[in-house]
Amino acid sequence: MSAVRAWLLVDVPRSRWQARCQRFFLGWLAFRQNAGAVAGLAIVAALVAAALLAPWISGSTGVVPDLGNRLQPPGAAFWFGTDELGRDIFDRIVWGSRITLYIVGLVTVIVVPIGLAVGVVAGYVGGWLDSALMRLTDIFLAFPRLILALAFVAALGPGLENAVLAIALTAWSPYARIARAEALTLRHSDFILAARSQGIPHHRVLAGHVAPMCMSSVIVRLTLDMAGIILTAAGLGFLGLGAQPPTPEWGAMIALGRDYLLDQWWVPAFPGLAILVVSLGFNLLGDGLRDVLDPKSRS
Amino acid sequence: MSRASAIEIAGLDVTFGRGRRAFRAVRDASFSVTAGSSFGLVGESGSGKTTVLRALAGLLPPAARIRGEMRLHGEPLRPARSRPLRRRLQMVFQDPYGSLHPRHTVDRILGEPARVHGLDSIDRRIVDALADVGLDASFRFRFPHQLSGGQRQRIAIARALIIEPAIVLLDEPTSALDVSVQAEILNLLQRLRREHALTFVLVSHDLAVVSHMCEALAVMRAGEVIENAGVETLRADALRHEYSRELLQAAQGYRTTPAGMPPAER
Repeated sequence: MSAVRAWLLVDVPRSRWQARCQRFFLGWLAFRQNAGAVAGLAIVAALVAAALLAPWISGSTGVVPDLGNRLQPPGAAFWFGTDELGRDIFDRIVWGSRITLYIVGLVTVIVVPIGLAVGVVAGYVGGWLDSALMRLTDIFLAFPRLILALAFVAALGPGLENAVLAIALTAWSPYARIARAEALTLRHSDFILAARSQGIPHHRVLAGHVAPMCMSSVIVRLTLDMAGIILTAAGLGFLGLGAQPPTPEWGAMIALGRDYLLDQWWVPAFPGLAILVVSLGFNLLGDGLRDVLDPKSRS
Repeated sequence: MSRASAIEIAGLDVTFGRGRRAFRAVRDASFSVTAGSSFGLVGESGSGKTTVLRALAGLLPPAARIRGEMRLHGEPLRPARSRPLRRRLQMVFQDPYGSLHPRHTVDRILGEPARVHGLDSIDRRIVDALADVGLDASFRFRFPHQLSGGQRQRIAIARALIIEPAIVLLDEPTSALDVSVQAEILNLLQRLRREHALTFVLVSHDLAVVSHMCEALAVMRAGEVIENAGVETLRADALRHEYSRELLQAAQGYRTTPAGMPPAER
């Protein structure tokens, strides 16, 4: 163990691989210092664990009604109580973590590359291409998010995949704006000019030199967006255009539980709490990641 | 002329902007640089010397209008550059704090251009390039923010040289550095020029630096080349143009000879 540690902390790395491991390890050491970030990581790790281990953690599939146990309060038998069809809310939240992770992951995978690509190209190339791409971005920015998502889902048909696609199509525009703003300031910086004067091709400059400088703003924006993405998915589910019942999607659970808010508070409260905790986790994690990803912030 | 010209510039004109807002940064500039020599381009700030250098390097924004002729070993230089052409003409920037990518390690800063130009045995080249500029291999995996200004400028020089250019354009390579480091970098550049048979174009406002480094120089003012002279003329205090002499006097008035650098004989 200590040999590995010594290898990781050696003053002068001997190979590219060792240097990379060392950077990763030093990043982890810096990350560990940030209590909030570690809490965020723990929450996200718990979410992933719940999603992976759902069949073993939960006692039921979370979708089969049990009308004999309708609206039971939280207690020893049902930790988070049961809903209007007698389903265990704890089990449904555990199974719902899969859906949440699926939504968040898919939206991230679609939104970040599209937003980065559009923004970075617009800012770096400039001229008419910049104007064209930014007007397109403006159009997407100008639409209310949920309405545009509704239109997409109406066109594509209801379902979780289409809801995710609709959210992604409406969410990329702010990323393009952020990336463009960064690329504009970078475009005339000496290190980009140096790369160009060395004959490094444009696509390499964009992907390897400009885009990494935009990542920290994009990560911050993404973690702040996570809560919004989960809630938009929930909104679509509530309107019958997202996850279809009986899928235990957290937002849809709140939507269905709002009728019981006054007398059986636990029905909407626990899924709401789950969304709150997960959103908080992503925010804390993103904050910590941004600090670690910027090599200037650690020495 | 006894030796071939590496660079010839004839009637170079650079204009930024259009119509009433147009600004002519360079007016009808002409000079030529002998292959294997070091050429100084002097003038106060705003005189257009950096613009000339960037026009040579092909780094002016597309909105700039360039007229006149630039030739590299007889071939015309156009704003659109092929990769092999870029390789022959490298540039070292003034500010070593801005010219290295803050998120790239030295390894990548040196390795990427070599890879892009299809060179072989890149690992050895990186270590050699570091040794060439007086840095040992322990600097290889550092980030620019872990280096001093002088070390950064050495990396910037190594980056320019790793792809084996014929001509290096130096844009005030020492003016952002400590006086004590300036002489080291200048001597390093002198040695590298000898060892690699390079042609230098050095932009500077410091006539002491130019007289130490260069064999010939051009003086620029307000976008115009007002004097072309050999360095003997500068050392003999025999510059023809009044402005050039004023510039020289100003330089002498404030000169503090950096350590390790011979004072210019007059």
